[in-house]
Amino acid sequence: MKFDRETNVQRLLLVIALSAITSLLLIAVFIFKEGVPFILQVGLRNFLLSSDWRPHAGKFGIYPMIVASLWVTFGAMLIGAPLGVAGAIFLNEFVPRTVMRVIKPTIELLAGIPSVVFGFIGVVVLAPLIRAHLGGPGLSVLAAAIVLGIMVLPTIISISTDAIAAVPQTYREGALALGATRWQAVHMVVVKAARSGIVASIILAMGRAVGETMAVIMVAGNAAKVPHSPLDSAQTLTATIALEMASATGMHRQALFATGVVLFVVIMVLNSIATVAVRRRIGKNSKR
Amino acid sequence: MRIPPKYTQMAAVALLGLATAVTLVVLLFIIVFVLDKGLPVVSWRFLFTNPQNMGRAGGIFPTLVGTVLLPLLAIAIAMPLGVGTAVYLTEYTRETQVTRVIRFGTDCLAGIPSIIFGLFGFIFFVVMLGFGWSLLSGGLTLAIMILPTIIRTSEEAIRAVPTSYREVSFSLGATRWETVIKVVLPNALPGIVTGVMLGIGRSISETAAVIFTAGSSLRLPHSAFDSVRTMAVHFYILAREGLSNENAYGTAAVLIVAVLMINLTAYWLMHRFIERRTK
Amino acid sequence: MTESDTKISVRKLNVFFGKFQSLRWITINVPSCRILGVIGPAGSGKTTFLRALNRLNDLTPGTHIEGEVLLDGQDIYHPSFEVVTLRKRVGMVFALPVPLPMSIFDNIVYGPRLSGVRDRGRLDELVERSLKAAFLWDEVEDRLHTSALRLSGGQQQRLCLARVLAMEPEVILLDEPCSGLDPISTAKIEEALTALKARYTIVLVTNNTKQAARVADDTAFFLMGEMIEYGSTSQVFTVPREQRTNDYVTGRFG
Repeated sequence: MKFDRETNVQRLLLVIALSAITSLLLIAVFIFKEGVPFILQVGLRNFLLSSDWRPHAGKFGIYPMIVASLWVTFGAMLIGAPLGVAGAIFLNEFVPRTVMRVIKPTIELLAGIPSVVFGFIGVVVLAPLIRAHLGGPGLSVLAAAIVLGIMVLPTIISISTDAIAAVPQTYREGALALGATRWQAVHMVVVKAARSGIVASIILAMGRAVGETMAVIMVAGNAAKVPHSPLDSAQTLTATIALEMASATGMHRQALFATGVVLFVVIMVLNSIATVAVRRRIGKNSKR
Repeated sequence: MRIPPKYTQMAAVALLGLATAVTLVVLLFIIVFVLDKGLPVVSWRFLFTNPQNMGRAGGIFPTLVGTVLLPLLAIAIAMPLGVGTAVYLTEYTRETQVTRVIRFGTDCLAGIPSIIFGLFGFIFFVVMLGFGWSLLSGGLTLAIMILPTIIRTSEEAIRAVPTSYREVSFSLGATRWETVIKVVLPNALPGIVTGVMLGIGRSISETAAVIFTAGSSLRLPHSAFDSVRTMAVHFYILAREGLSNENAYGTAAVLIVAVLMINLTAYWLMHRFIERRTK
Repeated sequence: MTESDTKISVRKLNVFFGKFQSLRWITINVPSCRILGVIGPAGSGKTTFLRALNRLNDLTPGTHIEGEVLLDGQDIYHPSFEVVTLRKRVGMVFALPVPLPMSIFDNIVYGPRLSGVRDRGRLDELVERSLKAAFLWDEVEDRLHTSALRLSGGQQQRLCLARVLAMEPEVILLDEPCSGLDPISTAKIEEALTALKARYTIVLVTNNTKQAARVADDTAFFLMGEMIEYGSTSQVFTVPREQRTNDYVTGRFG
C-alpha cells in the first residue's frame, strides 16, 4: 500500500519536474508561431537587411535595430568587460579574504537594482552630460552602452570571481616559487587558467545586454534609423518590441513577434556558447 | 629598458583597484542619488493614498498592493513547481536522459530576456487563454521567469543535506517520501527560502514582462482577473511620460529599499544556513 | 526462544556494485538472542554484509545481489517482501552517530510516529523504556526536548541505539558503533548490548578484535569479500581452524 503511494508520488514529481522544459517549449512554440510565418512571407533577407521601418506603410526592415543592438551591446562589453574582469581579479587576488567577502555580496546586492532605475539615472544624469560635453541629443547609443555596461558589471564580476577562485592554489604557489611577483603569477598563470570561465561570463553578460529592454528604452533615444555615430539616437530590437507592441495590430504585431524570434535565436546561441565554454573548463580541470 | 616587475605590479594593482573602485562608486552613486531625491517624498501619505491625475499627484497605494500581490502569486505557483522539480532531480532519479533534458530546459529558461516573457505571456495568457491583462496573467508569467532560480537554489539546498540523515531515516522504516517531507525538506528550508526571496526580488524589479501581462491599471484589484500596476511599472510610466519627477523618485526610492531589504534578508539567511551546517 | 533457533539464514549471498563484487558466496546462520561479532580488516565486506541484512544496499544505485537472505524463513529480497516493514524489524546503528537535527524526544519517536503511534502517553513510555535500555535515561531525562545535537559523541551513539530500540525490532545491526568513542562510552554501549541480547538478535561489525572477544557470543571472520571462518567466539579466538584467522586475531596483519 505504501509502495503504491511511492510510485504515484514519483510519477507526480516527474510531471512537475517537466514544467520547466514544458514552459520553454510553449514559449518557443508561441513566439515562433506568431513570428515565423511573417518572416517567411516578407522574406528573411528583406526583414533583416532593409533599413526601412515604417509599419504604417507596411515596411518592416529591422536592419537599423540590429545595428543599434549590436552597437549598444558591443559598447556595453567594451565598458563592462574590462572593468568587470579587473574587479574580479582585484577582489580575488589582491584583497584580503574578509574584505572580499563584504564587497562581493555588496556588488551582487546592487545587481538587484531594477533596470528602470538604471535607465532613469541614465536619463537624468548621463544624457545631459553627454549632450553638454560631446554633443548630440544625449539620449544615444553611447548613453545606452554606458548604462548597460554598468548593469552587466555584477554578472561579470560574480562569474569571473568564481572562475578565478576555482583555480587551484597550487598554480599560484608554483608560479611564486619560481620567483614571480603576485601580479606576474596572476596574469601569466591564474587568469589563463580561468580564461574559459571569464569568457563565459562575458558571453552571458552579452546575452543579458542584448535582451535588456527598459533601461535601453529610456536612454537610447529610440530613433528607428541606422545610427552613424555613438552620439546618435537609436532603437534596439528589444525597445522596438516594447514600444510598439501595445498599439500594434495585424502585420505590425507579427513583425514584432518576428523581431522576438530573432532576439530569441541570438540569445539562445550566445547562451549555448557560454555553456559550452563552461563545460570545457570543467572538463579540462577534471582531466588532471 | 625593462621596468622592474615590482613597479609593473604596483601599476597593475593600482589600475585594478581603480577599476573596482569605479564599479563600487558608480553602483553606490545610483543608490544614493535615488534615495537622496526620493526618500524625502516618501511618507505614510505617499504610501497609502491613491494617485491622482494619473500619478502626477497623490500617492502610490495601488502600486504597493500590486507589488505585493503579483510576486506573491508568482511564488505561490513557482515554489511548489520548483521545489518539486528539485526533489525529483535529487531524491527520485539518477542522472538520466530525462534529467539532462530537465536541466537543459531550466538553463535555457534562465537565459530568456524578460521582453520575450512579456511577449509570450501576452499572446498565451492574455490573448489565447483569455485571462486578459490581469494578476493571473502576470503571476503565471513571472512564475515561469523565476522558476529556474527556485529550482537551482532548492536543488543546492537539498543536496547539502547529509546523506547520513537520509540513511538513518530509511533504516528506521521511512519511505522515500516520508524522508523527504520529514527530514530533507525541513533541513533544506533556509536554502529554499533564500531562492524564494531572490525570486521575489526579481519579480518586484521586473517591468517589461509585467506591463504586457498584468497591465497598468491604477485601480485596486478585486479579483485575480483584474489588472494591477506594480511600483516598477508605475515608476517607468511616471518617468517616461514625464508626469512627475518627484513622485518618480519617491517610487524608485521605495522600490530600491524594498529590493535591497529582500536581497539582504536572502543573503543573511544563506549565511545562517551555512553556519548551521558547519556547526 | 531457544538458543539454537536461527533468526537470519544467509545462503550463497553474492553482492555486486556494478561490476565490482563485494561479497562472495556468504553462507551463515545467525542464531537468535545471541551477539554475532563480524571482524575483518577494512574493505573485507563486513559493512556490505550488514547492510545486506536490512537491504540498505538498495539505496546505492547499481547494486545487484544473488542468493538468499531469510528472516524467520522468509526471503527478504523477494519482490513481495515489504522493505519498509523489514527495516522496522531489523534496526541499524551506524558508525558515526547521526542524531537527526531535532530534540532527543523527537529523535526517538521518529520511527514510531511513522508507524502511526500517536498516543502521547504511549510515546512517553516508549521514550523512557528505550533510553533506559540504552543506558542513557539518567543523563537526559530532564532535557528530552532539547536538541539532540548538544549531546556528546558517546551520548549521541546511545541515543541512536535508543532510537532503534523504540521501533521494537527483532534484530539490531551495529556497524562499528564505538569507532569514534572514548573507552567509557564504549563500555556503556557494550554493557547495553550484553543486556539486550536476551531479547534481541544482535549483529555487531567491529574493527576492534578485542571488542568482539569481550562481547560477542559467536564470531565470523571476513576477508576480501569472503567469510573465512565462523564459530563460537572462544573457538575462533583460541583455536581457529584457518591460518588466516589466526594471523588476524593475533594481530599479524590488520
